[in-house]
Amino acid sequence: MSKHSQAPARQGGGFDLGRILLEGRAFFALIAIIIIFSALSPVYFSTNNFLTMSSHVAIFGLLSIGMLLVILTGGIDLSVGSTLGLCGVVAGFLMQGVSFDMFGVTLYPPVWVVVILTCAVGAFIGAINGVLIAYFKVPAFVATLGLLYVARGVALLMTDGLTYNNLGGSPELGNTGFDWLGFNRLFGVPVGVLILAAVAIVTILALARTPFGRWVYSTGGNARAAELSGVPVKRVQVSVYVLSGICAAIAGLVLSSQLTSAGPTAGTTYELTAIAGVVIGGAALTGGRGNVRGTLLGAFVIGFLSDGLVIIGVSSYWQTVFTGAVIVLAVLLNSIQYGGRKKRVATPAEPKAPDNPSSPASSGNAARVTSEAESTAGKPATQH
Amino acid sequence: MASSSSRPAPACEPVDDIVLSARDVAKSFGSVHALKTVNFGVYRGQVTTLFGENGAGKSTLMKILSGVIQPTSGEIVLEGEPVRFASTTDAQRLGISIIHQELSLAPNLSVRDNIFMGREIKGPTGIDYAEEARQTRALMEELDEPIDPLTPVEDLRLGQQQIVEIARALSVNSRILIMDEPTSALSATEVEVLFRVIRDLKSRGVSIVYISHHLEEALLITDHAVVLRDGVMTAYARRADIDLEWIVRNMVGENFDLGSPPTGHALGEVALSLEDVSVADTAVPERSVVDHLSLEVRAGEIVCIYGLMGAGRTELLECVAGRVPLSGGRVVLEGEDVSHLSIAERIAKGLVLVPEDRQRDGLVQTMSVGENLSLASIKAFTRWLLTSGSRERGVVDESIANVHIKTDGPRAEIGSLSGGNQQKVVIGKMLATHPRVVVLDEPSRGIDIGAKAEVFKLLAEGAAKQGLAVIFSTSEVGECLSIAHRIVVMSRGHIAAEFGADVSKEQIMAASGEAVVA
Repeated sequence: MSKHSQAPARQGGGFDLGRILLEGRAFFALIAIIIIFSALSPVYFSTNNFLTMSSHVAIFGLLSIGMLLVILTGGIDLSVGSTLGLCGVVAGFLMQGVSFDMFGVTLYPPVWVVVILTCAVGAFIGAINGVLIAYFKVPAFVATLGLLYVARGVALLMTDGLTYNNLGGSPELGNTGFDWLGFNRLFGVPVGVLILAAVAIVTILALARTPFGRWVYSTGGNARAAELSGVPVKRVQVSVYVLSGICAAIAGLVLSSQLTSAGPTAGTTYELTAIAGVVIGGAALTGGRGNVRGTLLGAFVIGFLSDGLVIIGVSSYWQTVFTGAVIVLAVLLNSIQYGGRKKRVATPAEPKAPDNPSSPASSGNAARVTSEAESTAGKPATQH
Repeated sequence: MASSSSRPAPACEPVDDIVLSARDVAKSFGSVHALKTVNFGVYRGQVTTLFGENGAGKSTLMKILSGVIQPTSGEIVLEGEPVRFASTTDAQRLGISIIHQELSLAPNLSVRDNIFMGREIKGPTGIDYAEEARQTRALMEELDEPIDPLTPVEDLRLGQQQIVEIARALSVNSRILIMDEPTSALSATEVEVLFRVIRDLKSRGVSIVYISHHLEEALLITDHAVVLRDGVMTAYARRADIDLEWIVRNMVGENFDLGSPPTGHALGEVALSLEDVSVADTAVPERSVVDHLSLEVRAGEIVCIYGLMGAGRTELLECVAGRVPLSGGRVVLEGEDVSHLSIAERIAKGLVLVPEDRQRDGLVQTMSVGENLSLASIKAFTRWLLTSGSRERGVVDESIANVHIKTDGPRAEIGSLSGGNQQKVVIGKMLATHPRVVVLDEPSRGIDIGAKAEVFKLLAEGAAKQGLAVIFSTSEVGECLSIAHRIVVMSRGHIAAEFGADVSKEQIMAASGEAVVA
């Protein structure tokens, strides 16, 4: 009954190397990647390279965190890559100055206004997704697939397929500082990485310490039960897509700042990389399981792997193959991890029949059920 | 109990008349014993009916006989030979088919395709549809239900769908047919058709195992009666030797004490008032599953709603909680109309529902015991956006102590708890919101009798000490006569009768339509 009795019950068979490797797989994968590439290339293991790679990871990391929120509720957001592209273009458009022919003036909004407007665009796209999914019951896959096309199309229309190049602004217009968002470094660290860290910390807090976080997990775990417990399930669903859109907008700002240009095709297929990061991080696509720490590890695994392959000179075709293999392996391990749990839930669900009347069971009885369930979970590998 | 014995195979029946039997069969799920050494025989060419309350082990026994699950111990003997079924396919090959309460037909496919699903007849150019249709037509004619083989199953009435399911069982040459609650969703005329089909099957030597909650209806068709209670076979008799009273007596048995209505506290004001409430059927919006029903419950009062499946209990309780919309009438909580409030708003005002199906509607399986317990009351320990871990811990520990949950601690997985403790988590979660009115849909479903008694004790205490208004529903007559001050019997969306705590089981069953010939 006490909290102390839990640890031995959880361990089941004592020190279990397989289980530790399984639970910490994203972490061990990252370590393995770093060791292997450091051995293969002398340039890989250096602070500078890590910072460069991290600034690449920042883009995927931001998208992955937004995606994690959506996936935790049991949804999916395919539109983030396009949203990133559109938001970059919107930022570029605003930096060029908005001219009002009617009044013969051109407005050059300062960078902070650009940032807010761009995030609003991302939030708006997310809101469309969320409302379609929560209130009009459009399957998440279809709704966000539609927005994937729409957002990309709008980005292409806005630019006629061209790229905005001069995002630096000028001091006399008072709109300098765009390059600060991703291109510059603060204390030697790329600003994009710092933004990722900030977003990650806020998300960790939100998930662990706010009612909203609990609502996200419960919506994904069992939306029916959550609703009957008073969780505003529909509002939660809309919120996560809005947040995912905002994350994509931030990623779009960081990326166009890093490149000092904003192209309408930026971020193509990034949604898939973001999903891969979440999945490698151990989240369940069925919702309810996953965390920011794992997702960040997942994003770093993908980023460090593909950058490593570039550094040692492997062809980009092979990079695609490797990334795909890592994703499949990750999903395979996820189903091993969560497959065992399903069995565990199913067992106590069965007993329709009454126990003997004496069963106001001793706590020892309850503990036994746990350890039995644990031991079935401990050998799920045989099921697959 | 002169006519009962603890074992089948009574002397008056020749032994070779038993085509299929379970010998000393027991089944446990973890620490829960669903069946305890049951002996059961199926008589050749006759109907053997299995009686018992919910949770008595009927379905478990049937699942064992049809190969859905394997017994923990004991053996199954078919035609004198011990057999083992690894799966339903195994059992089917040996001529045993089960027709579940929820039909397992593909509604989008035709009658023909459903009957031959998974074992299509192959011709030289793929599936031989003509032959399949011919055989289907022959089967349906045999059953006196000449449905066109190409009709999609979704266009058929439920009774006809059931006959399609029977036809499918016959098409694999089933000699033994297990029917689990086949009449629960049928109209009276459809029941007649089904009974005619059953008699016809008997005359062709098919043995039938029948399970039903409609006792008198089952007595019309059965040849043998077997009663299960708490996983033990308590009685067996031939139809000719028994009557309704015998079945009820053996089913219910000497009651485990589930408590008595709490007394010594004055009932308060009317806490919940249902005024002319109607709920439309989701499938057929013109039809009402709850039909102009009015009911008042006072603070400190416990009301039990009894009714058979389809009587509208669940729909009534879900509309009270805000899960399904009203099609008419009002729900009034302590003088305030809450009919248009959301579930969350009703919880905030003190009206909570403990749903019927705790796996589907009650628990979040991905979260721990503690997180489940605090889910509905999370606002109570939130300050400035952030939840307080220590305050949450307080709420959770209090809940665990209040509703006596046996767990390794708040961080234990919800799936590690027994059914009864899981149910207590759902109840504890709703009680943690400090409600005024608690509505529980079948709170005793699928939990053992000790846990049942604890749950009822909890509710009785809540009513007596905190002045909670409690409404709970049940499909077990014995539970009506526990803690309820008032027993409301529902039938077809109406209140069929209302009793005080001094009512008898027979009166309740008569009012619900259970003991009335269909």
